[in-house]
Amino acid sequence: MAQTDLRALQDTEFPVPEELQANIAITSLDKIYNWSRRSSMWPLLFGLACCAIEMIGTAASRFDFSRFGFEVMRGSPRQSDLMIVSGTVTKKMIVPIVRLYNQMPEPKYVLAMGACASGGGPFKEGYNVVSGVDKYLPVDVYVPGCPPTPQALLYGMITLQKKIDGQSLANLDDVPWYGVGPSEPTPVPVLGPDIIDPRQMELIREQAQQAALEAPFGARELPAWVNPAEVAQETTVVEETQDGAEDGIDPATAARIRKREEAMARLAARRAAKGGQ
Amino acid sequence: MMDVVADKTQLDISASIELLRERWPDAISHDNRDGFSGIIVDPAQLDDVALAIRDELGFDYLSSVTGVDYLGIADHMEVVYHACRTSGGPALVFKAQTGRDDPRVPSLVSVWPGADFQEREAYDLYGIHFDGHPDLRRILLWDGFDGHPLRKDWQEAYFEEEHKPFDSRWPGGQVYRAEEKNVFGKNVRYPDDLDLGRLNDVSESDLYQGLGLGVDVQALDSDGLRTDRLVVNLGPHHPSTHGVFRMVVTLDGETIASLDPVMGYLHRNHEKIGERNSFLHNMPFTDRLDYISSMSNNLGYALAVEQLLSQGARYSPPTYRAECLRVLMVELTRIVNHLWSLGFLLNDLGAFFTPMLYANNEREKILDFFEATSGSRLMCNYMRFAGVYRDIPERIRSVANLVNDKVRDYNTMDYLTEMVNERLPRFLDEYDTLLTRNEILRERTVGVGVLLAEDAIALSTCGPLLRASGVPYDVRRADPYSIYPELDFNIPAGKNGDIYDRFLVRFQEMRESVRILKQILPRLEQSQGEAVVTKIGHTPRVPVGEAYGRVENPKGELGYYVVSEGDPKGPQNPWRYHVRAPSFINLTALGPMCVGHKVADVVTILGSIDIVLGETDR
Ligand code: SF4
Repeated sequence: MAQTDLRALQDTEFPVPEELQANIAITSLDKIYNWSRRSSMWPLLFGLACCAIEMIGTAASRFDFSRFGFEVMRGSPRQSDLMIVSGTVTKKMIVPIVRLYNQMPEPKYVLAMGACASGGGPFKEGYNVVSGVDKYLPVDVYVPGCPPTPQALLYGMITLQKKIDGQSLANLDDVPWYGVGPSEPTPVPVLGPDIIDPRQMELIREQAQQAALEAPFGARELPAWVNPAEVAQETTVVEETQDGAEDGIDPATAARIRKREEAMARLAARRAAKGGQ
Repeated sequence: MMDVVADKTQLDISASIELLRERWPDAISHDNRDGFSGIIVDPAQLDDVALAIRDELGFDYLSSVTGVDYLGIADHMEVVYHACRTSGGPALVFKAQTGRDDPRVPSLVSVWPGADFQEREAYDLYGIHFDGHPDLRRILLWDGFDGHPLRKDWQEAYFEEEHKPFDSRWPGGQVYRAEEKNVFGKNVRYPDDLDLGRLNDVSESDLYQGLGLGVDVQALDSDGLRTDRLVVNLGPHHPSTHGVFRMVVTLDGETIASLDPVMGYLHRNHEKIGERNSFLHNMPFTDRLDYISSMSNNLGYALAVEQLLSQGARYSPPTYRAECLRVLMVELTRIVNHLWSLGFLLNDLGAFFTPMLYANNEREKILDFFEATSGSRLMCNYMRFAGVYRDIPERIRSVANLVNDKVRDYNTMDYLTEMVNERLPRFLDEYDTLLTRNEILRERTVGVGVLLAEDAIALSTCGPLLRASGVPYDVRRADPYSIYPELDFNIPAGKNGDIYDRFLVRFQEMRESVRILKQILPRLEQSQGEAVVTKIGHTPRVPVGEAYGRVENPKGELGYYVVSEGDPKGPQNPWRYHVRAPSFINLTALGPMCVGHKVADVVTILGSIDIVLGETDR
């Protein structure tokens, strides 16, 4: 182990003699525990879609995430600490994903790689697509991109290490796996007419009963949408009459909004003209 | 008599159609819709007509089968078939129409076994019943799924409007997250008569029943020994399935008795989303089909839409330089893909990661060029209609390549010249020396996973898989596009159709690609300065009609069947956007190839097909 490594572990005011610092460190349980965990995170060898290609690229010699302690990827969930969800999560696939997650021993972490795993990405509206793996599993780090470059993925992984550095055994919210007894597995979704999350059974039942009474099933009325441009316009009018009163918006924003309004008007005129032809 | 038959297999498309019309004047009519071509066949006669098309006219290769829903236009469903000759030439298009309420068409699996998965897909997504299909189950979605999503009256949970751009986003600017409108906060939509009490997951039991495994299987061997068959699931999470692919294998000892591919774990609804998107909007989505060779996917789609555009007034074909750039990108992609696939084939054989890392090194060099040109390493989104996104840059420089704190900076043409003339040939020679005559490689691959030429054609396989079986069928020669006719290259083909031949064919193809690239570079020098970006590339006005654009992708024949129905002034969205995915159709051959081999061979056989799941499941 490099000398500097042990020095970095030092976490106490007790002085260690200079000549022993290479061999001895006095530290807190939190620190040594986090250090050992974050320095050997083995990802699950598990690719979903296009992002997996970049993940393999990151593992390969040019970028090589072993340099940061992500030594080898393991094919078995039982030997891995980190699940990199690399790609589009579909309804058909979320079932095995949750099962894999449940099979991973704790402590375990999830990294959502790419737009798809984070929120559905380009395929969000697809009927077989889960809009983000966080709908079913707790996610620790999100890496944006479509696909994220290897550099971005590495950054995400280092961010995860930083997160681990900040955890404390004293805080069970941070490290729930040190609670009493075995932790609850995440319920595995069921493939019915559409995917069913067991945690939402009650809600679904309720909605189904309402649907029997002819209410819309599952749709939610959103409050009427207010166009910020219109609101801004009203304010601008006020502003003009008060000649720059203090409750108006700042002139730069007002100018931007006015410009946009004009563009919209031009567009509307063009459309009308086209329709008239 | 023989002469007449030989003659008929040479007839061109219109003569073939005439011949069929003479024989079945009542059952066959021309497709006279504007911009459409081919014939419409009465479903009652489809079997006979198909047999005649295959046996008498020599269209032995069924390229694509797909459904289209014409709700609101003609109120029927249509099944569209594209049949080709392996000797070359364009496709013969024939269609069968059926009502929307109980759509039924006879299955053509008995004529072209390669229709198997494609018909199952049409059943899954459109609910079209193929009478006589041996195993008509859902293929991409799970059994029990509510409805058939590609029907025009089926709406997804996050449905907002028929066409993009949605009014709320542009010009309105009203942005909210789709989850907010859904009580469950998820992408789900349950049928009104959902009964949670009766809810059970039937997807698996049906699968096993389909394999004949619902009952106890106890066969008596000839020597009177009672053995059980064992079912092994490989995937969907398995390092050697190259993605989320699953094989249900029944084993008799170590020997494979049957193999059923299960897919759909990456079904991302390309086709449904593609019908909402505008024409240009689909371009980046094609990147994500075969995500290792995004450039070639772009080209296929651009060709399909250009076919449509060329019937309109404003179309001008791509310039010579644009064509050169396209071929440059596509051939580089072929090398990228084969490097990747050979690396992983070796990986599957147990040469864990070393050959893969070697290959990946070269691949990264090409990706650097892609990144400098298109802005992205993987998802290049580079082709446009009648052109490309932009010319190659003068210099390749990228902070992404910081090595020893130096920014790499090369002259692009020098970089390419060095790569094509020195790096790649040197690497291929080295790889060749290390692998081709390697004892272990030969032991594991020679004579394994054999696919005979007749079977390969009948099963509609394509690409290196088909050519390794000794059928020199390559769309670049069979139905040429771009500037391939003027380029000098060979189509490598194998003899035995085993894994080793596929390995060799891919290897040889890389060498041929290098040869093409060597011819492209001087052409690029000469055509310097020609425009490659056109206005039509970004604002296409697509007339009504249908088009089938196909290219020789690294993995095989990639086809796009695009139907445009909108008026050229209205929204510019494809009515139908179907992808004929080579990986998907090649998988038809997986089961037959594996039977009789050992479990350990399954992953190698699969690796030798070279599938990618983005395209298989779409
Ligand atoms: S984020 Fe983009 S690259 Fe990654 S899986 Fe999704 S579509 Fe593919």
